[in-house]
Amino acid sequence: MTLTELMETLPYGPAPEAAQPALDWIQAHKGRFQLFIAGRWRKPASQEWFTTLNPANSQPLAEVAQASAADVDEAVKAARKAFASWSQTKGHVRARYLYAMARQIQKHARLFAVLETLDNGKPIRETRDIDIPLVARHFYYHAGWAQLMESELAGYGPVGVVGQIIPWNFPLLMLAWKIAPALAMGNTVVLKPAEFTPLTALLFAEICQQIGLPPGVVNIITGDGKTGAALVEHPGVDKIAFTGSTEVGRLIRKATAGSGKKLSLELGGKSPFVVFEDADLDSAVEGVVDAIWFNQGQVCCAGSRLLVQESIAEKMYAKLRARMEKLRVGDPLDKAVDIGAIIAPVQLQKIQRLVQKGLEEGARLWQPSWAVPAEGCFYPPTLFTDVAPASTIAQEEIFGPVLAALTFRTPEEAVRLANNTRYGLAASIWSEDINLALDVATQIKAGTIWINSTNLFDAASGFGGYRESGFGREGGKEGLWEYVKKTARAPKTKAVAGKTRAAQPAPAVPPIDRTAKLFIGGKQVRPDSGYSKVVYDPDGHPIGEVGLGNRKDIRNAVEAARGALEGWRKTSGHNKAQILYFLAENLSERAEEFARRIAQQTGQDGTAEVEAALEALFTAAAWADKYEGVVHNTPIRNVTLAVPEPIGVMGILCPNDQPLLALARLAATALAMGNTLVVVPSPLAPLTATDFYQVLETSDIPAGTFNLVTGERDELAKTLAEHDDVDALWYAGPQAGWALVEKASAGNMKRTWTLPASGPLPDLDEILRQATQVKNIWVPYGA
Amino acid sequence: MATATLPHTHPLPERNPGTPFDPSALEGALVNKSAVERRAATLPTRRTVKKEWQAAWLLHAIRTIDLTTLSGDDTPGTVRRLCAKARQPVRPELLRDLGIPHLRLTTGAVCVYHEMVPTAVEALEGSGIPVAAVSTGFPAGLTPHRLKLQEIEASVAAGAREIDIVISRRHVLTGNWKALYQEVRDFREACGPAHMKSILAVGELGTLKNVYKASMVCMQAGSDFIKTSTGKEAVNATLQNSLVMVRAIRAFYEQTGYKVGFKPAGGIRTAKQALDWLILMKEELGHEWMQPHLFRIGASALLNDIERQLEHFAYGRYASMQYQPLG
Repeated sequence: MTLTELMETLPYGPAPEAAQPALDWIQAHKGRFQLFIAGRWRKPASQEWFTTLNPANSQPLAEVAQASAADVDEAVKAARKAFASWSQTKGHVRARYLYAMARQIQKHARLFAVLETLDNGKPIRETRDIDIPLVARHFYYHAGWAQLMESELAGYGPVGVVGQIIPWNFPLLMLAWKIAPALAMGNTVVLKPAEFTPLTALLFAEICQQIGLPPGVVNIITGDGKTGAALVEHPGVDKIAFTGSTEVGRLIRKATAGSGKKLSLELGGKSPFVVFEDADLDSAVEGVVDAIWFNQGQVCCAGSRLLVQESIAEKMYAKLRARMEKLRVGDPLDKAVDIGAIIAPVQLQKIQRLVQKGLEEGARLWQPSWAVPAEGCFYPPTLFTDVAPASTIAQEEIFGPVLAALTFRTPEEAVRLANNTRYGLAASIWSEDINLALDVATQIKAGTIWINSTNLFDAASGFGGYRESGFGREGGKEGLWEYVKKTARAPKTKAVAGKTRAAQPAPAVPPIDRTAKLFIGGKQVRPDSGYSKVVYDPDGHPIGEVGLGNRKDIRNAVEAARGALEGWRKTSGHNKAQILYFLAENLSERAEEFARRIAQQTGQDGTAEVEAALEALFTAAAWADKYEGVVHNTPIRNVTLAVPEPIGVMGILCPNDQPLLALARLAATALAMGNTLVVVPSPLAPLTATDFYQVLETSDIPAGTFNLVTGERDELAKTLAEHDDVDALWYAGPQAGWALVEKASAGNMKRTWTLPASGPLPDLDEILRQATQVKNIWVPYGA
Repeated sequence: MATATLPHTHPLPERNPGTPFDPSALEGALVNKSAVERRAATLPTRRTVKKEWQAAWLLHAIRTIDLTTLSGDDTPGTVRRLCAKARQPVRPELLRDLGIPHLRLTTGAVCVYHEMVPTAVEALEGSGIPVAAVSTGFPAGLTPHRLKLQEIEASVAAGAREIDIVISRRHVLTGNWKALYQEVRDFREACGPAHMKSILAVGELGTLKNVYKASMVCMQAGSDFIKTSTGKEAVNATLQNSLVMVRAIRAFYEQTGYKVGFKPAGGIRTAKQALDWLILMKEELGHEWMQPHLFRIGASALLNDIERQLEHFAYGRYASMQYQPLG
């Protein structure tokens, strides 16, 4: 076209970013990359290689080593060796290395961006303006935590060797999210990038060499799912951090069950994008663009479910369609392209299959009038309206540029629809009414809530899921806990020990027979089984019976806890504290009786334990209105509220020892944080718990918040672990039981916490963290 | 071969006659500042034009410039110089080297104070370039209403085909939308056949919501264009306030079917900025709203920077201002 013709039509024309520097870098390695282990490049033991392709044109980019189990072993050994000195390296020194990483990434920012776009197919605008700047920011931010660890995380040390497996949708950013906090806290890592997108991780490995990072602190091994599996199963790994699909996350949960490996999972989502009638609709439309047409919709927190208030639905759809018409799909290296290439044909087929399914299920499809490039792996932005909540496209994660729109009438219905999902990763809420927006924000079950915004990320803010979207947080101080463990325990309060059992004089007349029941929904109930179980004293004499609870009792207890949850969650911290103080008050009235019962069952000093329990109840009460969140220092005009929220319905299987203290320390603290409980008391001393429900009954504890089921611990644990309506499970018991509950928890990916069957109870800071999950609410502001 | 083309290759849309005052259109003024900022910040990062496309866009941008001089020390001499520049905004040999020697290229208008209108009209005679006069007590707009109407009439009588009026900011700041409507309605009547551009002085309206509401009222009152600023406020055209205004234009078009033009003014000095605003128009309103009958950039220094970029495109080396004839 001539200039004058162009002047009349004013098209954008091509604006390609040069690929050559990145291709030159690949060529400098002769198009073939080895494994980065112990600071050196080495060939894979298998001598096998695989090809990584450019999804925009299906052309091969490079050959990459396929790491086998033997290579994984080498990498873990290297990391273990490095851990000895790295974990002892001063925080300030680690901070210098992390700072150097941030600097190097900035210095080579464009090379990283182009390489990422080539390997992944995402638009250069996104790698250049979003991915790579966030990567640098993540290393800077965590350089700071390395510097501050000694003072701010006193009593904690690194976990050890961390195996990290990352996805293909944000290759370098996910690397940063994994490596930066791990190194900051003194761990060493073996990281496996996704098979589709290994290249920027390999360029990062070169940076590790350039800055003189000690060998073995970072090891990068490329490979497919088998490599990942070998890393997960390697006994020398102390923690696994995984980002990817819920399906694979579930496999990892099962594979690591009972291994004692720490685990954090960031999994799938089907995040709601809620638009109220008083939203700035033009801005909300741009929000949708950033929510579902960012990174081709291949985003775990993509706003893939559009929930629109009925009164404005048609208006919103019309605006959306007009906006979609303007989107540009094509060469990801073109600076004026909005949507690049889908990662691979297999993903494209999945999108096509689910879109077909949507059509078959009766939803109305709309796509722009223009066509996507025929060559390469492209899919147009797609809007489905008339979508029923029950339809596949409203339930399943599509991981593509496909938006499913549903309508609602009231805020209450919006919340119900938003929460009608197995996932809980993120949500966007659009309304100019701060009252409404924050109300809905507190009710949606998701780790990140963006008000009048979407897909905002920052190193200072934690990111992670509720429900099947996984557990653990990445970013913020809350993310650091995934990479540390206690080194020093808090000073113990006086040990509860010593045999002071008074001799029991034979009664003149037989005592009235007592029947200990289960306590469910605020009522004493008989066990469904109709069986009882004898309780013995330490010398083997029978001292009573407790009901033998079974699956159905657990079912009933969970139902009661679920029913009580909403009310208890909304009870103010002040009121929760009052109830817990009252509980202590009523317990102290019966201190002697409880002391005798403890001594009778355990042979230990009951008086001291009752004292400790009263103190623990006061502590729980004290925290009920004091366990607060923070406002994160994110670098936009915004408040990011990191709010600790209750996890929900919790199962707690108490340890053998200290039957009353366990109730007070573990259960009452969980209660103070707003959870409702199904508690299985100490199997050796359950009568304390069955006495305790009488105290609960007189202490204004709302029915259903604190349920007690006695019985066989591991049988009840299994039912609780498998139960889809239990959100978290604490299990104190033998190691075989750890494996049992962790494996069984994979069903709904509930959080688990495994503790020894006996010995000291965990420190309070850990209990509080385990009883809560952090929700980050982003509230941008501006007059 | 490049032939002479006129920018108006399609019939001009009907002028916006205005509507009765409709406060309900203001209730929908829900403007989220942070979200507007994000969109405005990413508009220039999502779109760009390079090489001959960029040259074409820049040549087109020249057609949308209201080449402006609004200084207290303007003289007939400086205005004549400006008009000469408007007639020949790009050196002929540069056009030749761009392969478009016959392109008939002028700026969209020349914009002056009332006293300079006769000079400008005379200097532009035969060029087809309209003269625009700033009016109504520009820039503060605090002269008596009666005098404002007389000023408009005088400028129109002197040959101004476009009148850039300023609104009374106090009506916006006190929420007196009815008064604003009536004021602008009066101005429109006084303009007669001359096209009216309503200057909101967005930098003095306090909030983006006010910018949106004032845009709506000015369109209801029959503005042909809404314009960001006088260039004399502390904050003039930004992509953020422009985005809010073009969204209002879109809403007004959807409600009434009338197309109102947009004129950012003040602080647009670089070719890159001109492209950013053209991108804004293309993305938010579409191709027609990039044309001079619906889009103008109020600027003085911009033209020279565009020339430099065109020269760089033509010769592949960076250009110096001293080679660009002054206006």
